[in-house]
Amino acid sequence: MEMVKLTIDGKPVEVEKDTTILKAAKTIGIDIPTLCYFQLKDMNIENRPGGCRICVVEVVGRRNLAPACSTNVAKDMVINTHSIRVLNARRTVLELILSDHPAECLTCAKSGCCELQTMAQQLGVRELPYQGEQSTYRKDTSPAIIRDVDKCIMCRRCEMMCNEVQTVGALSAVNRGFMAVVAPAFEMNLEKSPCTYCGQCVSVCPTGALTEVDHSRNVINSLADPTKTVVVQTAPAVRAALGEEFGLAPGTLVTGKMVAALRRLGFNYVFDTDFAADLTIMEEGSELLDRLTRYLKGDQSVKLPILTSCCPGWVNFFEHNFPELMDVPSTAKSPQQMFGPIAKEYFGKKLGIDRKNMIVVSIMPCLAKKYECQREEFKVNGDPDVNFSLSTRELAHLIKSANIDFNSLPDEDFDNPLGESTGAGVIFANTGGVIEAACRTAYELYTGKKLEKVEFNELRGLENIRHATLDFNGLPIKIGIAHGLGNARKLLEDVQAGKSQFHAIEIMACPGGCIGGGGQPFHHGDSEIIKKRAAAIYREDEGKPIRKSHENPFIIKLYEEFLGKPLGEMSHHLLHTHYFDKSQGTFVDE
Amino acid sequence: MAKIKLSEKKIAELKEVCKSFNNEKGELINVLHKAQSIFGYLPAELQEVIAKELNVSVAHVYGVVTFYSFFTMTPKGEHPISICLGTACYVRGAEKVLEEFKRVLKIQVGETSADGKFSLSCLRCVGACGLAPVVLVGEKVYGRVSPDGVKDIVAEYSNL
Repeated sequence: MEMVKLTIDGKPVEVEKDTTILKAAKTIGIDIPTLCYFQLKDMNIENRPGGCRICVVEVVGRRNLAPACSTNVAKDMVINTHSIRVLNARRTVLELILSDHPAECLTCAKSGCCELQTMAQQLGVRELPYQGEQSTYRKDTSPAIIRDVDKCIMCRRCEMMCNEVQTVGALSAVNRGFMAVVAPAFEMNLEKSPCTYCGQCVSVCPTGALTEVDHSRNVINSLADPTKTVVVQTAPAVRAALGEEFGLAPGTLVTGKMVAALRRLGFNYVFDTDFAADLTIMEEGSELLDRLTRYLKGDQSVKLPILTSCCPGWVNFFEHNFPELMDVPSTAKSPQQMFGPIAKEYFGKKLGIDRKNMIVVSIMPCLAKKYECQREEFKVNGDPDVNFSLSTRELAHLIKSANIDFNSLPDEDFDNPLGESTGAGVIFANTGGVIEAACRTAYELYTGKKLEKVEFNELRGLENIRHATLDFNGLPIKIGIAHGLGNARKLLEDVQAGKSQFHAIEIMACPGGCIGGGGQPFHHGDSEIIKKRAAAIYREDEGKPIRKSHENPFIIKLYEEFLGKPLGEMSHHLLHTHYFDKSQGTFVDE
Repeated sequence: MAKIKLSEKKIAELKEVCKSFNNEKGELINVLHKAQSIFGYLPAELQEVIAKELNVSVAHVYGVVTFYSFFTMTPKGEHPISICLGTACYVRGAEKVLEEFKRVLKIQVGETSADGKFSLSCLRCVGACGLAPVVLVGEKVYGRVSPDGVKDIVAEYSNL
């Protein structure tokens, strides 16, 4: 590789040819400020439209200032990243951006983690010298995501996520000049677009233009209602990220403190979605074995590969884009939605609580879960199985608003019976985790042998699409894994074309899996944070005494007492679902 | 958005246009050009068909349609009237001519009259600066138009 020598802020630096000034500066500890630029290293995700001009630097001998994010280095370049000229230009650019931005910081949902706000602080903006026309656009509230495009700075990060990474195509820049906004086709509401509510647009939005629908109020009201028994379930990915909101290092596991905080908030029962994840494995794993056995016997009606169905963003994606493949995914509900009916129909009935008087709240790393819990098929006479879904971020706010000093909380344990889980349930948070959990159980059930080593390292990692062949007692089981919907699309197109070689495919909508979900604390483009969360999840798994779902004693008891057997009548009724074709007539009003 | 049902025949014609550009994503602008020349405008349903044929998102097609002022989602009148606002026409009073058209037709730029007969748009230079100010009705060019002459031009088409 050809190397180039240059000087940045008086320091010599040597980098590969075709490196941008921004990246070259970073190698010698110079952090040029950026706003529209966004990168998630190792995941092939980069946004550099060169539009905001915050990252301009002075290149000696060049007439105008150069945007560092999209200008490549050249031999013997001399660059100044903080000359007076640069600092003045940078501040003027920001002041002009702010001239068309509502000054609502005190009440904005993004306050405190807004990159525009941080930039204004960093560049020392103390007044708004430019005044002119302000954009006014209607607010668009969908079941999971709110668009308030008056706060949009046209960085195009959401558009990149929605189109290039997720290939969902719900958002595009429309109109031009001052009228330009990022919007769905025909400026319809998001709800009418093919949006999957994966929330990746929200997780990269630098401002408050894209935020989640906040369910905190509903939860506070439920907790204050003495007639309600309020039950909470926490998804595995939350415990590996919640600590970040309280200043703890990324990758700190806060399971015990999280349980303690939820109890102090007033939840009557603190349960674990991981328990429902174990239940999912019993159903989905059995379905995999059932389909596989029939397939091997030559049953022509069996569809393989089987696809996982835990991820609501992914379910929305195939309902919109691959309706002809609706019989391919597992019919098993997601863990969130398995937990709901078990809480209300099993646990509630045992305690003599009518389902109308039980409120089930979920804490999720996800925004699509907010939509999922509102789906009509997950309600009984209008009463949802899961009433409200809070993101990891909303839970952090709730804890702070209740005067709880999170970091000094003792570690507490989940309640029983729906709080007991295995390591297999925990790893649902990571890409590859659901299929690893399924294989731990499917292997033992299929071969009748004990696994000597429960880890399937070949299923782990962050490569966009992974595949592995597992040996089930001489039977090669071919597994495919994709995270990010753009990668999922590639695997799906192979299935569609009849070219797929896999027996089972796991798909998660978000980069990294649920640990990188749209409801997690903002990572601001630091992929190390996502990796540390993943490592924390595997640590939690290793520390669990039981690591296979079918060995969870409370799961065994649940089947004995209530469900019967996996894929049985009761399971079918409570734990399985069906899908809908959403590909037609999305945009045009009836 | 009103639902406009394209006939099977029109949809087939549109698909043929896409096919003539090999259903290439990169040909989107050319496809839209051709489609607008056939249909006169680019309603939502037409954009949905194009998106599907070219395998791009509808949002992207709409983004392109709204970015370029040439593309329109409102149907043009039977006799589209365009007033040149290029430099030469402008200094010779084109703006007053435009105001008169708005007054007589009771529509704004970009709109179509209620009876569907006329629509009004502006353009920049048709290369007939010697005749400034210039007005086009359909493909017919009117030169040295004064506000007083507007009524006569409209009358020419009113009873057709």
